Amino acid sequence: MRDVAIVSFAQAKNHRRELRNEVEILMPVVQEAVARSGIARPFDFTCSGSSDFLQGQPFAFVMALDAAGAWPPIAESHVEMDGAWALYEAWVKIQTGQAETALVYAFGKSSPGDLPEVLATQLDPYVMAPLWPDSVSLAALQARAWLEKTGKSERDLAEIAVRSLRDAKTNPNATVSGDFDVATLLAAPYVAAPLREHDSAPICDGAAAVVLVAGDRARQVCKRPAWIRGIDHRIEAHALGMRDLTVSASTRLAGEKAGVGKAKVDVAELYAPFSHQEPILREALGLGAGVTINPSGGALTANPMMTAGLIRIGEAATRIWDGSAQRAVAHATSGPCLQQNLVCILEGE
Amino acid sequence: MSDEQKPVTNIKTPMRLEYRYSAGIATSRFLHGIAQGKILGQRCPSCKKVYVPPRGSCPRCAVATEEEVELSDKGTITTYAVVRVPSENIDVPLPFASVHVLLDGADLPMFSVVQECPLEKIRMGMRVQAVWVPKEQLGPTLQSIRYFKPIDEPDVPADQLRETV
Amino acid sequence: MSETVSDEGGILTAPHVLEYPYRRSVGPVLGRFFTELRAGKLVGVRTQQGRVLVPPQEYDPETGAATTSDFVEVGPGGIVTTWSWVTKPRAKQPLAHSFAWALVKLDGADTAMLHAVDAGDIARMRTGMRVRPRWRAERVGHIHDIECFEPEAAR
Repeated sequence: MRDVAIVSFAQAKNHRRELRNEVEILMPVVQEAVARSGIARPFDFTCSGSSDFLQGQPFAFVMALDAAGAWPPIAESHVEMDGAWALYEAWVKIQTGQAETALVYAFGKSSPGDLPEVLATQLDPYVMAPLWPDSVSLAALQARAWLEKTGKSERDLAEIAVRSLRDAKTNPNATVSGDFDVATLLAAPYVAAPLREHDSAPICDGAAAVVLVAGDRARQVCKRPAWIRGIDHRIEAHALGMRDLTVSASTRLAGEKAGVGKAKVDVAELYAPFSHQEPILREALGLGAGVTINPSGGALTANPMMTAGLIRIGEAATRIWDGSAQRAVAHATSGPCLQQNLVCILEGE
Repeated sequence: MSDEQKPVTNIKTPMRLEYRYSAGIATSRFLHGIAQGKILGQRCPSCKKVYVPPRGSCPRCAVATEEEVELSDKGTITTYAVVRVPSENIDVPLPFASVHVLLDGADLPMFSVVQECPLEKIRMGMRVQAVWVPKEQLGPTLQSIRYFKPIDEPDVPADQLRETV
Repeated sequence: MSETVSDEGGILTAPHVLEYPYRRSVGPVLGRFFTELRAGKLVGVRTQQGRVLVPPQEYDPETGAATTSDFVEVGPGGIVTTWSWVTKPRAKQPLAHSFAWALVKLDGADTAMLHAVDAGDIARMRTGMRVRPRWRAERVGHIHDIECFEPEAAR
């Protein structure tokens, strides 16, 4: 296995609603990540993650290519997924020896549409999508199942939100943050019982970019590269009624394959867009009390679609670079109720 | 077998999503210009090429483009196609010629249609000019330009168009 | 949503509709499910290991093996295995007033299917409660042939 490291990361300031177009949002982010990487263009490989459905325009992702600079022609790929999966593809490309450097970017403008309704289009088109179940209602099905199985309460969920919102005070990219108390949060009405507003990720528009470099070159351009020591992703059955929603079997398996348990984990950035999903993911990854969870505030404080997973990886890398962690876990999810999950293990030298 | 007895072989699953689309900074400036009867391109600070309609970025250099350039509404056809099927947003009789027009001063041709010209006379290198809607109907939409029509200027030779075809 | 172009501090916005009138071919397995729905019945399909999947699938997600040709009538009633509450339904959702989404495990099925439950009030919803389908009078062979589920117990 080749050594591949993340050497830089940049993200846009998230906004509830961006009026700039995708290229206008993305370009400064890509430029910043490239400038910080110490690698001059052209990159051996470029890969991006985004979803045309957010913008309502087929092939919308092609228009974002201006930000990557596709002249002379570049080796490029795109996934209709969170950018974390674009990073996975770039990592694989480097493993095959076909690339030494890769630019990975992601963006999502959810504000033009009704995101929870848009996400219904990713469901089974025969028996689920025609009912148009919104994404928050589906997450709430999982939340209730978990609460009833574990005996935990809505108060326990609110405490996760309170901690996340407090930690996000030091994150300039969070769209919500601050000191809240559990009682106030619990007094708010349900958005989709048993979930309240603080239990679900705030919708926003954003973008992020990351640069990957293989081998010694990473050491040349970066003082303390964040080495990818393990990365894996797994997906579960599509039909919700066939899955045990109270556990995340795919996260557990991806974590095992990536090697989570091999050594102590200092920090974990988990993509849990709903509060009940954080304990489900912690259990799947075996992350006990000694692990710092989501120092960025996590997705409950900013959730740019197609980007938040890549941001988890970038935030985890940042903790390696700044020395506050020696070993970090980053997780990304896709699909209803944690259907598909990616786990990435980062280590300092 | 009546329909009620035949097995179901397909289902209707219409999909409809509503959005509020934002044109972004560059396209908005372009459309505001159109509403005033002007065609505004943007110049790349690095390679100096002028793009129209502008998108706020240079596709070659991957840098933001901010410098605005007012372009002539006269240009040259760089390529064309004769279209015999209707298109939702194109309101001219069939058949018609869809064209790429390289406006004077621009480095990237823009899409439009040609009218007031027999189809067999349309050619690469032909000089054309925009026909706008009446002044009081101008708005922030490319439909403010109805079409391009031929003008009496000599054709531009093919080798001068090579880079922009 | 405004029907026209708006100028928001210089940036133009406009309504945009993405619409596709899909007609999907369903194949023999889902085809059987929808044919039975049209007749007012619910069926699942048996996997090679004997589990009854509802709605039926062509392949068993656990083993990857093709499911058998043994279609089993299930329900009509079943139990709610989990649920959530929709306070303000969206226009395309099954009901125009508040309702529950639920995973419903029909009698005889080993898996649950998603649908709406017209419980009237959130206080009537319980995991484990029994529900039954409310069939549309006119059925065409579509998941909408079931308007929703409703509690079996009288109010």
